[in-house]
Amino acid sequence: MTPAPTDRAMTPAPTDPAMPPAVIELRGATKSYPGGVHALRGVDLRVAQGELVAIVGPSGSGKSTLLNLLGTLDRATSGEVRVAGYDVNRLSDAQLSALRARHIGFVFQHFHLAPGRSAQDNVADGLLYGGAGLRERRARARTALEEVGLGHRIDHLAHQLSGGEKQRVAIARALVGDPDLLLADEPTGALDTASGALVMNLIRQLHAAGTTVCVITHDNDIADSLPRRIRFRDGEIVDDSGPPGPSGSPAEHTDSPAEHTEEVPR
Amino acid sequence: MSGPALRPARLSPADILRTGASGLRTRRTRVVLSALGIAIGIATMVAVVGLSTSSRADLLARLDRLGTNLLTAEAGRNALGQDVKLPKSAVAMVERIGPVQHATATGAVDARVRRSDAVPEELASGVTVQAARPDLLDALNARVDQGSWLNPASERLPTVVLGSVAAERLGLTAPGAKILLNDRWYVVTGILAPIELVPTLDRTALVGYPSAERYLGFDGHPTTVFERSTDASVEAVQGVLARTVSPGDEGSVKVSRPSDALAAKAATDKGLTTLMLGLGAVALLVGGVGVANTMVISVLERRSEIGLRRALGATRGSIRIQFLTESLLLSALGGTAGAALGAIATFAFARTQGWIAVVPPWSLAGGLGATLVIGVVAGLYPAVRASRLHPTVALSAS
Ligand SMILES: Nc1ncnc2c1ncn2[C@@H]1O[C@H](COP(=O)(O)OP(=O)(O)OP(=O)(O)O)[C@@H](O)[C@H]1O
Ligand SMILES: [Mg+2]
Repeated sequence: MTPAPTDRAMTPAPTDPAMPPAVIELRGATKSYPGGVHALRGVDLRVAQGELVAIVGPSGSGKSTLLNLLGTLDRATSGEVRVAGYDVNRLSDAQLSALRARHIGFVFQHFHLAPGRSAQDNVADGLLYGGAGLRERRARARTALEEVGLGHRIDHLAHQLSGGEKQRVAIARALVGDPDLLLADEPTGALDTASGALVMNLIRQLHAAGTTVCVITHDNDIADSLPRRIRFRDGEIVDDSGPPGPSGSPAEHTDSPAEHTEEVPR
Repeated sequence: MSGPALRPARLSPADILRTGASGLRTRRTRVVLSALGIAIGIATMVAVVGLSTSSRADLLARLDRLGTNLLTAEAGRNALGQDVKLPKSAVAMVERIGPVQHATATGAVDARVRRSDAVPEELASGVTVQAARPDLLDALNARVDQGSWLNPASERLPTVVLGSVAAERLGLTAPGAKILLNDRWYVVTGILAPIELVPTLDRTALVGYPSAERYLGFDGHPTTVFERSTDASVEAVQGVLARTVSPGDEGSVKVSRPSDALAAKAATDKGLTTLMLGLGAVALLVGGVGVANTMVISVLERRSEIGLRRALGATRGSIRIQFLTESLLLSALGGTAGAALGAIATFAFARTQGWIAVVPPWSLAGGLGATLVIGVVAGLYPAVRASRLHPTVALSAS
């Protein structure tokens, strides 16, 4: 899935001639809800192909709202949103559905698995709306489950799995379609530390294999361990550690301990 | 500006069925209960149609067996109120009508019937005496239940054959006994099975013409002429029969077609059938409301599933078709079970009645068709609601 060429001059990110194409581009994106709630107040963001980004910030700061825009589940009130090369504002609801089916994978805090169905069927549903046949969906689901280390749980029903296993099934469902972008909203939020670590390892592996990933997290240790961190407050990006330098190591950035204390939910 | 054109993939029919069924599999009790309403409605309607069709088919089969080509011409009263007698030659004249295949007659005999001389003469037994020709039984497609029918030998002797009701009234269950006709002892040689075409003969004691003339003072004049013709000419014969049996006095002759009475029966249970069909329709309607209710609740409960499916790339259309399919499957389940139940009920009841069970295919097709219409109507609103759910709202509902 190669994103279409984009207008580089408009990209807010640092200009590097060898920079990989953007998977996400936001320019002045805002989101307001009726009643005067401004969940996002003009966000500029560029995430290039292959990045792994942590999104942090206090509760209510607009992280999930941002993820919904990135996942095209919601539309920005104003501003430009481009995902996988597509201008989201110009796409119809049906086209957005197709965009999600082919280019975006989601992982949720509460897994969202169908309880009475097997791990394999749950994962295979990740391909249902992309047009693949049942046989192919099942085969790829099996492979995806093996990739997340659940080869031995293929026929288990979703409600028979542990929380960590459920989240790994959910990750398998998100990656089975080979998306350009994986969005995870607090994927470790409902898990114990050990299961959470396993899930994060999985996400790192996906990143290492080339998938672009955005993870919302409340866990500072997790956030600090990721190559790029974007900090939100009151619907604005207050800090962006920026894409990692050409060496591959995260570009060091101002990240004072004082700011960490503010992540306590309000 | 953008990548290749985005076009949502179409789900295959099998996938549509699978997703529609997925919501039913995990909620079995509710599925069974809401399908039950539809099943009861359809079962009622199929059974009602099946039973009325079976009973009508049975009646038609009986008519077919008995024949619809029998006509009777009965002597009545003339304009002055006097009993009219048919000429002795009536049968011979009827036989002369072209299409007539067979004619015979009975003549009323003025005789009292008693079980024994211990019974006072004034006490009416409710049994009348008729003189009959030996070929009467064939003409009526009637048969002897016990004993034997009149023959050229016995019709001259004081022997009598009783109709089924007459035997009952006289307290006789088997031939062999003697009864009194006026003051003459007659031997009962046979008891007839019920005569379906002419039930009035069930109440009579039948004796031969010569015997009646000799022992009971019978004048030999027939009172009822029975006639069978070719099926095609029944109406033509009906037109001339009165004139033939009683030239010049045809106004006092009553011509009738006994099979008409049987055929009229088929029409009489129509009212009940309509009532039962109405009840079935009400049950079906209630069943439909049940399905709609189940679907609305299902949509409310499954908001997060809907949100997830939207996140996985389902279009509004795919969500709509999923819930519509679910509703259709739900009511089709009820409809199929109901049609089967209705057919089974028809077969079971027809068996107890000795009928051949007939379940018209159109009633099954109509029942299933109604089911599908109900499924669509009941599912449309919930499905549209499901498809209009905003993905983010649906997802945050967990
Ligand atoms: N559907 C909505 N209608 C009105 N206001 C909303 C809606 N969704 C979110 N908001 C508001 O928008 C703001 C941002 O919400 P958001 O869910 O993005 O926060 P968050 O950073 O994800 O918080 P948390 O860490 O608690 O998940 C909040 O003030 C929230 O109340
Ligand atoms: Mg959130």
